[in-house]
Amino acid sequence: MKCTKLGYFTDDTIDFPPLERLEKRFVAVAECGQEIPCNPCVDACPVGAITIGENINHIPHIDFQRCTGCGICLGVCPGLSIFMAHRKGDTGWVTLPYELFPPDEGEEVDLLDRQGKKVGRGVVEKIRRLKQHDRTLLITLRMAADLIHAVRGFRRSG
Amino acid sequence: MRLEQHPILEFHRGRRITIDFEGRNVPAFEGEPIAAALHAAGVTTLSHSVRTHSPRGLFCAIGKCAACVMEVNGIPNVRTCIEPVRQGMRVRRQSAEHPPPGNPENFMPRFHEPETVETDLAIVGGGPAGLSAAVYAGRFGLRSIVVEENYLVGGQLIKQTHKFFGSRSHYAGVRGVDIAAILIREARDTGADIWTSSSVIGYFPEKELGVIRNGRYLRIRARNILVATGASEKMISFPGNDLPGVYGAGAIQTLMNVHGIIPGRRVLMVGAGNIGVIVAYQLMQAGVQVAAVCEGLPRVGAYLVHSAKLLRLGVPILTAHTVSKAWGNGHLKGVEIQAVDSRWQPIAGTEKRFEVDTLGLAVGLSPSVELLSQAGAKMCWVSELGGYVARHDEFMQTSIPGVFVAGDVAGIEEASAAMMEGRIAGIHAARRLLGPSTELDSLHREQAAELAVMRDGPFGEKARLGNQRLLKEA
Ligand SMILES: Cc1cc2nc3c(=O)[nH]c(=O)nc-3n(C[C@H](O)[C@H](O)[C@H](O)COP(=O)(O)OP(=O)(O)OC[C@H]3O[C@@H](n4cnc5c(N)ncnc54)[C@H](O)[C@@H]3O)c2cc1C
Ligand code: SF4
Ligand code: SF4
Repeated sequence: MKCTKLGYFTDDTIDFPPLERLEKRFVAVAECGQEIPCNPCVDACPVGAITIGENINHIPHIDFQRCTGCGICLGVCPGLSIFMAHRKGDTGWVTLPYELFPPDEGEEVDLLDRQGKKVGRGVVEKIRRLKQHDRTLLITLRMAADLIHAVRGFRRSG
Repeated sequence: MRLEQHPILEFHRGRRITIDFEGRNVPAFEGEPIAAALHAAGVTTLSHSVRTHSPRGLFCAIGKCAACVMEVNGIPNVRTCIEPVRQGMRVRRQSAEHPPPGNPENFMPRFHEPETVETDLAIVGGGPAGLSAAVYAGRFGLRSIVVEENYLVGGQLIKQTHKFFGSRSHYAGVRGVDIAAILIREARDTGADIWTSSSVIGYFPEKELGVIRNGRYLRIRARNILVATGASEKMISFPGNDLPGVYGAGAIQTLMNVHGIIPGRRVLMVGAGNIGVIVAYQLMQAGVQVAAVCEGLPRVGAYLVHSAKLLRLGVPILTAHTVSKAWGNGHLKGVEIQAVDSRWQPIAGTEKRFEVDTLGLAVGLSPSVELLSQAGAKMCWVSELGGYVARHDEFMQTSIPGVFVAGDVAGIEEASAAMMEGRIAGIHAARRLLGPSTELDSLHREQAAELAVMRDGPFGEKARLGNQRLLKEA
């Protein structure tokens, strides 16, 4: 109810991966906690880490131990609602699906949270264009490790 | 203003030509409608109201309202949003002071004994519902004609840049515009004849349709008819709602995503259902600023994954707010919104003003049922489905045997449902001509089951309840 008032999924409704998994390598985080008729993420995952069940209205569940962090589901999801996160020491990374004009690799950007509020500065580390993602880009941002659960967007500042 | 670049779309513009707008040369590209070319040239006033003389601009952009009718080559009341430009075309605004040219001989169609064309299935409307019906009926050897009044086929799909939801059998993960291309190809491959720039203007018993095809009147005598005419955008009342610059959200989408023309520089959107939120996001995608989205209800009606996409770009969604007035001199300059209480009463002192040149209205759709009620199909009011709809049975057949409905005209839902309903109608048109068969029955069961699963979630509830009510009345 709170989420439909605000228009986004608040932290308490999101299943975040445990710390030791986040430290190993990238892992997918789905922010899709509302029953909608949709399931292409399930078919997209090459290792079967995402399940929804028979009823396509159910909410996706990601098996964090099985997820390899390949990023394929991010660019397939029509809701652009799957992200990836990773952290090592003080550094953190967030990969997000993106369909606006892209920034440049290496560019410094403002980091935005789920409401578009600035929460810090970061760097565009990598932009991936995969054929199977049909023009949806995967953008990996580097930031302070404690921001990886907050950052879901960015703004070019130049 | 024309877009040269877009992160997702490429605009394949045709040959450069010029049209004559009230004595002035306006550049245009072949393949775009008159109204789009005028917009690109900064002309947003397309007509004047007969009574108040106030300026009027484009509103629906799909041929369903009368805001863009102009005089073209001496012919009055041409819907310029669905009429493609041609070299040297003469375009003029009409109003009480500028009546159409004197001699009706110049533009009245001459009477002639209409040619009659026969077909197994006449489909009115070339959106996802109509095209899917053609594909399924075609698989069983039925000849069908898809009559589409736009010069472009695909209905609402041609302007959807986002990937669709659903499961694989309804093309989930594929962008709407690409789904349209797939359906058109499949329909052609199964032998459907697609007529563009052809409007169905009336129904005659027994199953005949009057059609204006490229300016010429003819009739189709059909063994089955499917009405898949879609829906039109609703308007709400507030001072200034007829100013040029106030658009139905779908019209913004058509201009921007089909023709590569942006409506303005800064936009306010009314309505946080899927359409309002998606169009606001697509505006940002095209590089247009969106000041805010306001929504009268205390919650966001869109899928949260859609609204989340918009919010993280920094576009606020103001729930429990409605638009109270709009102003401008010949074109929109600003909009005021106001908070409302739980009974939609405006709360004094909560006014907020936005300087915007574009206002998008995404306040709901109503089924385009005119042809069905004129045909004498039994109609009923089902608010969950968007208003008046034709009663139909589980095979999508109306009270007139052999006349079917599918898609938004049968109840506002979405493209996946439109495709499934279209397939069901196609299957049963085949069944009426060929008699029952196990293959037809099992195909029907498969589609009906998919439809039921899709409607099983909270977002399918309205369609589920609405259709249950309809089946009881049938
Ligand atoms: C912004 C937006 C976002 C959407 N997003 C999604 C989504 O993510 N997923 C989803 O499943 N759905 C989505 N939809 C909904 C979907 O596009 C519609 O539900 C679907 O197009 C309805 O299909 P239809 O065939 O019934 O009607 P339409 O697509 O409207 O087609 C009807 C056709 O009939 C023609 N016509 C009408 N009257 C006549 C006449 N008298 N003679 C000849 N031709 C006529 C029209 O020109 C039109 O081409 C979205 C819609 C919008 C506007
Ligand atoms: S990131 Fe790769 S492995 Fe992990 S859930 Fe997505 S598709 Fe599956
Ligand atoms: S594809 Fe995306 S929107 Fe669809 S169910 Fe999976 S996570 Fe949700």
